[in-house]
Amino acid sequence: MLTVALVGNPNAGKSTLFNALSGLRQRIGNYPGVTVEMKKGQFTTDGVTLDLIDLPGTYSLAARSPDEMVAVDLLLGRRPEEPRPSVVLSIVDATNLDRHLYLTSQLLDLGVPVVVAVNMIDAAAAQGLKFDYAKLAAALGVPVVPIQANNGTGLAALTAAIRAAADQPAPHGLTFPTAFDEVAEQLRKELSDEVPPFLLRRALIDIGGYTEQWLVERHGDRFKVALVGAREKLAAAGHSVPGVEARTRFAWVRTAVAAAVTKPAVRPVTGSDRIDHILTHRVWGTLVFLVVMFLMFQSIFLWAKPLMDLIGSGQDAVAKGVQSQLPSGPLRALLVDGIIKGVGSVLVFLPQIMILFGFIAVLEDCGYMARAAFLMDRVMSRCGLSGKSFIPMLSSVACAVPGIMAARVIENRRDRLATILVAPLMSCSARLPVYILLIGAFIARPGSPGWLPGLVLFAMYMIGFTVAPLVALALKRTLLRGAPPVFVMELPSYRRPKIGSILRRMGGAGWSFTRRAGTIILAAMVIVWALLYFPHTDANGESYPDRIETAEDTAKEKAPRLKELNDKEDATDEEKVELEALEDAGALPDKLNGEWKRGSALGRTGLWMEPVFKPLGWDWKIGVAAMASFPAREVIVGTFGLLYDVGEVDTKAIGNAKADDDAKEKAAGLTRAVQDDWSKDPVRGKYGVPVALSIMVFFALCCQCAATLAVIKRETKSWAWPAFTFVYMTALAYVGAFLTFQVGRLVVG
Amino acid sequence: MTTLADLVPGQTAEVLSVTGDPALVQRLYEFGLLEGERIEVLALALLGDPIEISLGNSRLTLRRAEAAGITVRSEE
Repeated sequence: MLTVALVGNPNAGKSTLFNALSGLRQRIGNYPGVTVEMKKGQFTTDGVTLDLIDLPGTYSLAARSPDEMVAVDLLLGRRPEEPRPSVVLSIVDATNLDRHLYLTSQLLDLGVPVVVAVNMIDAAAAQGLKFDYAKLAAALGVPVVPIQANNGTGLAALTAAIRAAADQPAPHGLTFPTAFDEVAEQLRKELSDEVPPFLLRRALIDIGGYTEQWLVERHGDRFKVALVGAREKLAAAGHSVPGVEARTRFAWVRTAVAAAVTKPAVRPVTGSDRIDHILTHRVWGTLVFLVVMFLMFQSIFLWAKPLMDLIGSGQDAVAKGVQSQLPSGPLRALLVDGIIKGVGSVLVFLPQIMILFGFIAVLEDCGYMARAAFLMDRVMSRCGLSGKSFIPMLSSVACAVPGIMAARVIENRRDRLATILVAPLMSCSARLPVYILLIGAFIARPGSPGWLPGLVLFAMYMIGFTVAPLVALALKRTLLRGAPPVFVMELPSYRRPKIGSILRRMGGAGWSFTRRAGTIILAAMVIVWALLYFPHTDANGESYPDRIETAEDTAKEKAPRLKELNDKEDATDEEKVELEALEDAGALPDKLNGEWKRGSALGRTGLWMEPVFKPLGWDWKIGVAAMASFPAREVIVGTFGLLYDVGEVDTKAIGNAKADDDAKEKAAGLTRAVQDDWSKDPVRGKYGVPVALSIMVFFALCCQCAATLAVIKRETKSWAWPAFTFVYMTALAYVGAFLTFQVGRLVVG
Repeated sequence: MTTLADLVPGQTAEVLSVTGDPALVQRLYEFGLLEGERIEVLALALLGDPIEISLGNSRLTLRRAEAAGITVRSEE
């Protein structure tokens, strides 16, 4: 079996080649102690199985962090988890050979056979570049295969070249100036044990790099002194580091390219140039950026609506089916209220999440994200971060979990940490259900202007966009104090995004959301349901569900008479007394239900804690729903469903037939249930809007997501940071909700 | 002394020296931004920072603060 390591610059087409070669046979490899993940795939040609490892995209093997060192160690066969690669596959961009071959030249020093795949030959041909691959192979000293990874051109020749190369001797590395080799040799003598020549060279060249830190740690300050002395000697000889490496390698690369590539006298203006002229323009580019952001949020709502309705009605059908099949009792209640309605009310948001992820995947794949980072750098630098933090933060609008993982592109540890800690403040897609429910119930009332719901939703997103930079600034001034980060980034050429890769990412997001709904949200819903269901007997030992059922039956029986009396204009006194009694009977199921919920385990806890929620304008029900949502914030929607009991028989609707039917019919079941419940309460009846806003602000700022905390733990290798995030966000959420309600109360009052 | 930070969009220049933090200098070198290279300033972001330059067939962005460490000979 052959192990092949795939190495290349970011945007060289590495992932496309990896997917084209290994198809669906992929898995993720994790490495202890670092946050690097490498994709591993397998493919078979002519009966030989090749193991393919996709290394993170990099411009150079000069490692500056433990994460970057993993790739170097793996290539040198110094990782216990992986065998040393038999062949290194170096993928380069044909339109940018001069720069991409720099990394290839470093790979030649590893002592492993190298095969060069020249990718994107179509784009190069369109730019008028002509290649002589035989000459290029001769100049580089390794096999060269032209490919077009996105349509499979040249892949057969490439696999053949890889297999052939495995039996060949490793290439000779580049020749460095003699003075450099002499100094490196002297330095080697300073070390008591054997260090690969490759790493020794890296220690010499990369000032303050990871290899230097590692060797100084092992050999003490004596080595540090020797290292500094060696660098001084090189500078005196006119070969100062790191320039000596860059000059040596680029000179070599240019000779090779000059021998094998014919370029047009004048570099033609490409489509990418023309697009960039607008998209990075200080005025037009900024405008386009704002429009793109607006379209993204707008389309989430427009496109998702029909799909959401479809899922919603499917869920209703399942609930009805179960209800008709099972006798009433705890099991039916658990299945219908706890599982189908609880999990279903969350699953409804699947379309929105997939659309959002699709958008972000398109923006990333076409190369626009880098432009967004360019445009936003100035803004981000105000809060001590760089444009590179913008991508993780924008991705967190979809979900903080991939957002936090996207922070890996930030080299500086402090900046990366600051980005990770504020990313969960961005309004993620899981917050949408809460916003939409409450906006639907209290903002989008009949008679309010049509633009108001959109504006409130936008304001909720703006909370994240405003608070996250402020917290980042506070962190950078205190806990994570450090110099402003360096911002040097490549702006890749624009590419047409591949439908397959976009769909793959949307599918992945959809699947992980569904799995989340099936695991953590399901578990939370079952627990919440049980805590609200038990104890389910009253003081006399009678079961509440039974009593409610009896009361409902009575109410149903009497409903026609109630309606008759209600419609009667000239009722006698006797009839008025009867009407009152009938109305009481109609309200009995609700009254019993309230009594039961209040007496349940969760209800008692909520009532006990009510003083904590009161300053926020919340009653125990809202408080309980917010607390139950700490594992996953979507749980609030299902918990509201349980608390406000979206009953099957709506006695009030029958009784108050004359009430504003139109408005009520428009509101969905849960929205209406929340409205009804609040309207009966003196505080929430009057201050419905401030209370709704206070809940939304709380959810906007709170870290109610176990998955986010887990990923922060994984990315920071410490429990301290997730704990910190949880505490500061919860405190922020409480204060924010408090201010919202108190200010709102003054405004309304 | 003219630096990259002094150029306006559309101006081309030859790189004379690259100075600054060693890690930054090495990064710029790895991108191919070496002494003797020709670069062109393509665009400035809103508020004039960062700047976008073209170098060979690639485009880079860097901040004014970093660009000020790159001395250039401007070509008209």
